[in-house]
Amino acid sequence: MDNLISAQFSFFISLLFLVIGAAGSLVFMKNDKLANWWGNGLAIIASVFGLASSLSVLFGSSVFSYQVNSAFSFLSFSFQVDKLSAFFIFLISFIALLASIYALGYVKHFYKKYNLGALGFFYNIFLAGMLLVASAHNAFFFLIVWEKTSLASYFLVIFENKEKENIKAGSLYFVMTHVGTAFIILAFLLLYQATGSFDFGIIKENIGNISLLTKNLIFVCALIGFGTKAGIIPFHIWLPSAHPVAPTHVSALMSGVMIKTGIYMLVRILMDLLPGMELWWGILILVIGMLSSLLGVLYALTEHDIKKLLAYHSIENIGIILLGLGSALVFLALDMKALAVLGLVAALFHTLNHATFKALLFLGAGSVISKTHTRNMEEYGGLIKYMPQTAFFFLIGSMAISALPPFNGFFSEWMTFQALFSGIQTVGHFVGWVFILAAGALAFTGGLAAACFVKAFGVSFLARPRSEEVKHAKESELSLRIGMGVLALATLILGIFSGSVAKILTEVVSDLQNFQSAEKIFSTGASLFKLQNSFAAVSLPMIFAALLVVLVAIYFAVLLLTKNRKVKVGVTWDCGTNLGPRMEITATGFSRSIITIFRGILKPSKQTDVEYRDADMRYFPKDNTIKLEIKDVYGAYFYQPVQNLVAKLSTWVKAIQNGNLNAYVAYIFFTLVILLLILVI
Amino acid sequence: MILVPVLAPLFLGIVRKIKAHFQKRKGASIFRPYRDLWKLFHKDEVISEDASWIFRFAPYLIFAVTVIVGASIPLFSTYFANNLLSDFLVIVYLIALSTFFLALSGLDVGSAFGGFGSSREMTLAALTEGGFIFSLLVLSFLAHSTNLFSISASVASLSLLNFTPVILAFVAFVIVMLSETAHFPFDNPATHLELTMVHEAMILEYSGKRLALIEWAAASKFLIFLSLGANLFFPWGLTMQLGLGAIALALGIFLLKVLVLTIFVAVLESNIAKFRFFRLPDLLFIAFILSVMAIGLIL
Repeated sequence: MDNLISAQFSFFISLLFLVIGAAGSLVFMKNDKLANWWGNGLAIIASVFGLASSLSVLFGSSVFSYQVNSAFSFLSFSFQVDKLSAFFIFLISFIALLASIYALGYVKHFYKKYNLGALGFFYNIFLAGMLLVASAHNAFFFLIVWEKTSLASYFLVIFENKEKENIKAGSLYFVMTHVGTAFIILAFLLLYQATGSFDFGIIKENIGNISLLTKNLIFVCALIGFGTKAGIIPFHIWLPSAHPVAPTHVSALMSGVMIKTGIYMLVRILMDLLPGMELWWGILILVIGMLSSLLGVLYALTEHDIKKLLAYHSIENIGIILLGLGSALVFLALDMKALAVLGLVAALFHTLNHATFKALLFLGAGSVISKTHTRNMEEYGGLIKYMPQTAFFFLIGSMAISALPPFNGFFSEWMTFQALFSGIQTVGHFVGWVFILAAGALAFTGGLAAACFVKAFGVSFLARPRSEEVKHAKESELSLRIGMGVLALATLILGIFSGSVAKILTEVVSDLQNFQSAEKIFSTGASLFKLQNSFAAVSLPMIFAALLVVLVAIYFAVLLLTKNRKVKVGVTWDCGTNLGPRMEITATGFSRSIITIFRGILKPSKQTDVEYRDADMRYFPKDNTIKLEIKDVYGAYFYQPVQNLVAKLSTWVKAIQNGNLNAYVAYIFFTLVILLLILVI
Repeated sequence: MILVPVLAPLFLGIVRKIKAHFQKRKGASIFRPYRDLWKLFHKDEVISEDASWIFRFAPYLIFAVTVIVGASIPLFSTYFANNLLSDFLVIVYLIALSTFFLALSGLDVGSAFGGFGSSREMTLAALTEGGFIFSLLVLSFLAHSTNLFSISASVASLSLLNFTPVILAFVAFVIVMLSETAHFPFDNPATHLELTMVHEAMILEYSGKRLALIEWAAASKFLIFLSLGANLFFPWGLTMQLGLGAIALALGIFLLKVLVLTIFVAVLESNIAKFRFFRLPDLLFIAFILSVMAIGLIL
């Protein structure tokens, strides 16, 4: 009872604090410092309450729900926080807590330039919206809070409204998210038609005799709708534009948490609400996951805007989450519930891990950008000497996202691999091949992601500065470092204690409708994580311990051996020329090999413009410009044709509005006649 | 645990000696690499002023990874079966960890060589990982376990009919081994020409004890891959008992198998040229596809 009250109580307290935060920020609009502290400080307190609430639901055995009916019969403000919702609330609160701590120091560089009251207002509304999205239990209410989240995030994206490109990015985001919402509305309307209610609980009970066609339609609409929010290919075009231009703590929240709400609803609808699975659903999601992960990482390699690079990596990691989710769907369709638990736990664990290290990376990138005033990686360099702690945290984030042991990314990718391997071994003929291709995609993605982060970290932080501006960079303020440091620690802890986290996630998954009677698939021993059929076992604490022990041993052995050797500091070998920034490799140069190898997919183009001193003689060039571009495949082949079709249809329909008053009167007359005929017949 | 680092320079020496014979030279003694390491440990170091703590720390981590991996793979006995670290994905990603830091240390000094060395190395490593995981995956499907020791135990008791996937996977594994250990046709371990360097480019700035650690780690990595090839694909000769005679016999068979593979690598290196860089991805994708075919044969 105590547990139940405190979970529910904390949740509503956190919502209350967010509302007060929002209102207060508007009130304190004139005073920058107060608006900053009020908005972010209350968000911090709210996140702590959110954490308390979700942890007590996850570790306790309680589920809480709350309902307020309204004037409309189909709208009721009903929440239900079961374990899946609690997991996502935990995710949202944790990242929000750290992003808000970071924001306390970060938004200082918006003082006197932009309206911090508005930032605080929309930020708190955004957080409240996400918390409500994760806990909504009525489809209509869900749509309201979903729309609220989208609007708040739109205003946050265009916060720095003096730059033209930000407004364009915001408009693209606005259009894409509403296209997605349209499909979501369609999915919920279909559910309403099949079960007669918008309430999730009632839908679950009455869903039994839903027709196959309706089920398939709901699946497609939900996939497109929530997939647009999650950023799957080919609905991802808003992500690389919108995430870089938002303020950094908002980018971290959008990339780490908001796109996960799409995954949350996909899991909720597919695994909780709909009764049975179709095989082709899982296969389709596996294929989409494959494409998203490979294409996401390839496009990330082409970027040298550090935030756009991180945005593309979000697409890649959503692809990896979808690989786990798709394998779970396939296993459910084939009634292998235990393996489905493995797939879904892998997907959810990767959701948590990605939120952690992506937020860490974005916060690190934001610190660098706020000190160097440019997002262009080609101008960075040597920052490890000016911002050592930021560099260290960014390194931890890079290692985690490249799935290197002993951090958390390694374990969730390991688990996704195991789910796919189990699929290859146990599933029948054609579907087994999809799993093989998926495992191959995951293997290549891991390697390419590591290559991309060697580039990102190496070019930004190592060697010599490539521009004058960078030499004036200083270490980030304390609040920024606390935010990043706690996240870095979290990646390590989640990695070492991955067995325990996996156990909690299994409880979360077993709560869902479709998993009600699944057998145990893995056991977590002392420090060992073992699959039940003893196919595989891994022990992350052991890896961490081994690395630590051997490192220390070798260091002291070498120290003993080379006691009398000196270390001199000299100059890098420069082949006799002067060392300068042009001698270092650039981000573009680093990834040029991979881009050339994958030129069929990326379609790079190179354009050279030479300006000569004497246009007739054309011997001595004055200026040589080389433009390297990647073709926008989605714009050209997917969105442009759709756009042209819509434009053509509009022009065709426009013919009705011919400006002739007599024609309009004729329309009214004919409509009346037809209506009367229908009434009579 | 110390067997791999101790034996590693010997096999490096053997490769160099065989290549020398192909080139009609007498070549240095096969124990020359040991003397080289001794020499390097007794030299002072020069570290670039542009280098950061990553440059100083990376050699220790790289060497530590090779020691840990060396202790987790089946060498000559299954008695030391290690359930905690012997999952093949763990091995693959630990090696990826060492490659990550090697590439970072190449970038750290801000020289042109280090930069493009890291770029080429990460390109090759990214593409090799697929073939590496999949060639070992073939074996784990045959053995129904991803533990390396269980794999060697199962492959030893496989009938001749089921051996075709193992042969296909072995060809894929040889391609992966040549790539990861920087041998022909992927990289020339004896060159310092910028057109042909990959691994050597990244370690160009190292000197003294750190260079010794990195060279030793590279030799250990070579031996690790040789032992994986020998003991996973042709695992006869591994002993289960702990008696002195049994161990001596197993050690002898292990050294013999690794020697055969070493001679094969050395002969290969002497007979083919290093490929142009953009032909290498084709070779790596071939490794991946061979493994996929092998998996198809098993299913």
